[in-house]
Amino acid sequence: MDKDTKLKSVRDGFGEALVEIGEKNKDVVVLTADLADSTRVKEFAEKFPDRFFQVGVAEQSLVTVAAGMAEAGKIPFTTSYAVFSPGRTFEQIKVTVALNDLPVKIIGAHAGFGASMYGATHESLEDIALMRVIPNMVVVSPCDFEEAKKATVAVAENGKPSYLRLARQDTEVITKKEDRFEVGKVNVLRYGEKPEVAIIGTGPILVEALKAAEELKKVGIDAMVVNCHTIKPIDVEGIVKAARVCGAVVTVEEHQIAGGMGSAIAEVLAKNFPVPIEFVGVKDSFGESAKSWEELWEKFGLKSKNIEEAVRKVITRKRT
Amino acid sequence: MIYKAGSGHPGGSLSATEILVALYFEILEENDRFFLSNGHVCPALYAVMAEKGLISKDDLGTYTELGSALQGHPERTKLKDIMNTSGPLGLGLAQAAGYAAIKKDSFVFCMTSDGEHDEGNHWEAVNFAAKYNLGNLIQFVDRNKIQIEGTVEEIMPLGNLKEKYEASDWNVIEIDGHNFSEILSAVEKAKTLKDSPCVILASTIFGKGVSFMEGNPDWHAKAPTDEEYKKAIEEINQNG
Repeated sequence: MDKDTKLKSVRDGFGEALVEIGEKNKDVVVLTADLADSTRVKEFAEKFPDRFFQVGVAEQSLVTVAAGMAEAGKIPFTTSYAVFSPGRTFEQIKVTVALNDLPVKIIGAHAGFGASMYGATHESLEDIALMRVIPNMVVVSPCDFEEAKKATVAVAENGKPSYLRLARQDTEVITKKEDRFEVGKVNVLRYGEKPEVAIIGTGPILVEALKAAEELKKVGIDAMVVNCHTIKPIDVEGIVKAARVCGAVVTVEEHQIAGGMGSAIAEVLAKNFPVPIEFVGVKDSFGESAKSWEELWEKFGLKSKNIEEAVRKVITRKRT
Repeated sequence: MIYKAGSGHPGGSLSATEILVALYFEILEENDRFFLSNGHVCPALYAVMAEKGLISKDDLGTYTELGSALQGHPERTKLKDIMNTSGPLGLGLAQAAGYAAIKKDSFVFCMTSDGEHDEGNHWEAVNFAAKYNLGNLIQFVDRNKIQIEGTVEEIMPLGNLKEKYEASDWNVIEIDGHNFSEILSAVEKAKTLKDSPCVILASTIFGKGVSFMEGNPDWHAKAPTDEEYKKAIEEINQNG
């Protein structure tokens, strides 16, 4: 990474876009469970006090009150840490939001290892799995500041129950303002020339995927890198296309391997176009405390070197 | 309905009947809304809605059948005239409060059971409604003193509900939940209390009107046999 590369967070992109949407659409209301500042809704609260509701440390009420507001015609954004909502609020989301098919937006902040200093209780590695099994639910996991802005606008306007997964940490902005963003459609971040493998990732960990692709190029392995920002509805066509071109897939996510984005991709490919797949993610274990999320990416095997190793493995499998 | 379906919740349905009748026939005006929280009493809700002409009486026989709008617990996407899907307890008051916080010009009614006062989600909503001064929110508590596995007193005592609500800055009115004039006058009074939400603690009898069901937790979720059904209908008809 260049010295002057600007680092920004997904949550800041969310907060900025939310204020912009709030100005345009008076039906947007925001609720938080005592986490306005760290989930980046403080500016919205200050600008639109009549459309901001502080429910206290009460995540169950956060979601269910929002369901009532959606019933009254509003588009409620509910914010907490992902470990609490959807972590604690699975049933409320299923019953009062999804089964009622209401456009409540569940914002899960500090997803992944971003809250490293707080330890395993505050590290959300299961939220994608929880949300993607619920009918009617849209699940979006933006990879950087710019994409978070677009994702926030998109879910505000989609009329559907939606989960937006937000990372806390400042990371490299790898997409551009002018890039196309469509919920349910993957974006190819790096085509390669004659790619032998598709590295498909979600969230800020895609920085590591791009880094791995550069390193692999040096040793003669050409990789495509695909940004799967929407986990539900999953882009069957885009994923099959990548698998067809490359013949092997490595999935990368800051989440448990079980039930996450990689699982969703494996479901698609097993049915439509089976190719060898390797999974990079958390291997059925809890997180732990560390000064920075980067130490945990290292410890839990989510770095570019781990992705490179998975690529070598999957290519060997493909060739044999 | 429960007899024909072979399943359902007769005890709570019978304790809630008068309040539901009062709501649908006397209380609810055009802009008012009703959220049922203890959705398992839906046989009573469906019967009242049919009597009111909101659903066909013929449909009552389809309760819990495949493809029926009358699900085992009420579902908003299948039955358009209701506000919320319910069944899992402790969720309804929060949804009603959310609606009331937006629609300040309508009265928003909610029915909860005393058993579901065990749920933390419910008390979170109690706090929310008080904080946002939801004077347009009126909650009926069907205080039938029975829950699935026994009496509320045995399973999880609620203490003094009146004092708990008062301490949470709610208005409290206590009534006999089987007495129509008490139900109606409580609502009239609740509507005048505009600065904070109001709870109407309605003392009721679980399984009201059927001697062998009254106060007996065994009838929380059980369908009557042929003989029990006959006896229950006789008793209800006698009591008029």
